[in-house]
Amino acid sequence: MHLEVNRLYKQFKTRQGPLLALEDINLHVETGEFVCVVGASGSGKSTLLRLVAGLDMPTAGDITVDGASVNGPGADRGMVFQQYTLYPWMTVQKNVEFGLKLQGVGASERRDTAAYFLEVVGLKRFSQALPKALSGGMKQRVAIARALASRPKILLMDEPFGALDVQTKETMQQFMRELWRSTGTSILMITHDVEEAVFLAQRIYVLTAHPGTVQTEVRLDLPTDRTYRIKSTRGFQNYREDIMDRLRGQVSVAVQ
Amino acid sequence: MITTRFTTPTADSFKPAVFWRLREDIPPALSALLMGLSVLVPLAVWGLIASLGVVNAKFLPSPLMVAQALGGLWSEGFLLGDTGASFLRVAVGFLLAAVISVPVGISMGAFASVRSLLEPIIGIVRYMPAPAFIPLLIIYLGLGEAPKLALIFIGTVFFNTLMIMDAVKFVPKELLEATYTLGGRPGQVLFQVITPYVIPNIIDAFRINMASSWNLVVVAELVAAETGLGKRILIAQKFFQTDEIFACLIVLGLIGFVMDLSLRFLMQMTCRWAAN
Repeated sequence: MHLEVNRLYKQFKTRQGPLLALEDINLHVETGEFVCVVGASGSGKSTLLRLVAGLDMPTAGDITVDGASVNGPGADRGMVFQQYTLYPWMTVQKNVEFGLKLQGVGASERRDTAAYFLEVVGLKRFSQALPKALSGGMKQRVAIARALASRPKILLMDEPFGALDVQTKETMQQFMRELWRSTGTSILMITHDVEEAVFLAQRIYVLTAHPGTVQTEVRLDLPTDRTYRIKSTRGFQNYREDIMDRLRGQVSVAVQ
Repeated sequence: MITTRFTTPTADSFKPAVFWRLREDIPPALSALLMGLSVLVPLAVWGLIASLGVVNAKFLPSPLMVAQALGGLWSEGFLLGDTGASFLRVAVGFLLAAVISVPVGISMGAFASVRSLLEPIIGIVRYMPAPAFIPLLIIYLGLGEAPKLALIFIGTVFFNTLMIMDAVKFVPKELLEATYTLGGRPGQVLFQVITPYVIPNIIDAFRINMASSWNLVVVAELVAAETGLGKRILIAQKFFQTDEIFACLIVLGLIGFVMDLSLRFLMQMTCRWAAN
């Protein structure tokens, strides 16, 4: 077992009193696995990822990576945010190098690693550009390269394509699939887009809201070689509708 | 019949459709023309009024007389000496304020504890008009350079600090969190992320507060000084030489303008990433 989340609870203090955001969350990601968490807004899915990243502390329960307890943020868990988080004053290459620089890696090794991962995400040509010259999809690819450059044990992604237009999003999904297959990185990705989750993941956790709990776990039996065409196949649609129904059921319960 | 349009900044450019474009660019030629008029029209109006003789030349010297006064001040060596004296005071006083306000402002923005400790007192002191400190400064520091530098320091350090603090508060939280997930420690976040992020805001704060230190140096020199452009104005008043007063005012304006341009240039050179 690689990433393990056990009996995780998160409670926030609000003016109306304590609010339980996550209740008894149990999940895991195997080495090299691509796992998605889908949930409606209010299901606490971003909170869950922040806890795994170590940016927030759980109220109860524990999170371990390769057996070691998570006590705060660290380079072993690379993170890609929904918002663009590139350093605007650094070139693309310096952005990708920055994690290594923070860890005290020497200049020439940093350069080589950055060049390699910029090649992987297909942005070698833009290594000397400033982030403001890049499109949204390109910025996210740099953010992914930056996270990968520190050789994390797992890549955490918080709705990374949420701010992109539909066409770019589709390209990025295809790109993500290929990136995962070529690098073999373990990935835990949060999304509200069910189709995106079914397209990308091997396994999906469906989160229901108020409080956020794992309603079900879906193992996807789809071909490993996936292009966007798979989205119109019967098997894909069945998964999509099944998960949508589970989320909808939750919505109608919430409305009542 | 066909006529060419929008080729030169002629009558067409002044049509409301072009002139009143809301938040839109105007043709570069029109822009250059208007910028020229911005300086030339007041100059022409001044020249006209002076030449009509409606105002006594003792009160309103003509542009030519002012130019001659300027030449006179230059050849007597006063212009260079006084400008240098004023400029040096601003430079030293402002530099002292900058050396203090940059680290204090960044700390206040970065640490809620430092902010709670310093914001109330700075909030009160900054509303005490700096010139009101002059008598006290003279009692404490005498009549030399020290009280003038202290005045410029007091007049700029607090505003500078608060503006830098605000800039730090606007550094996106996600940028800091991204750095932590890359393995960054708090010290690295402070010096390698927060600080470079606010450099353009620091230069901007310098630009704005440089204007007030330029104000204050003249105030200080009007009160008590042996040299400086403020002192020169005071001497000119005693001898009723309005032409010299005008000359000094123009020099003050031009130097301020040049300082502003230099800081903008510095910004463009060092912070290409922050330019629009």
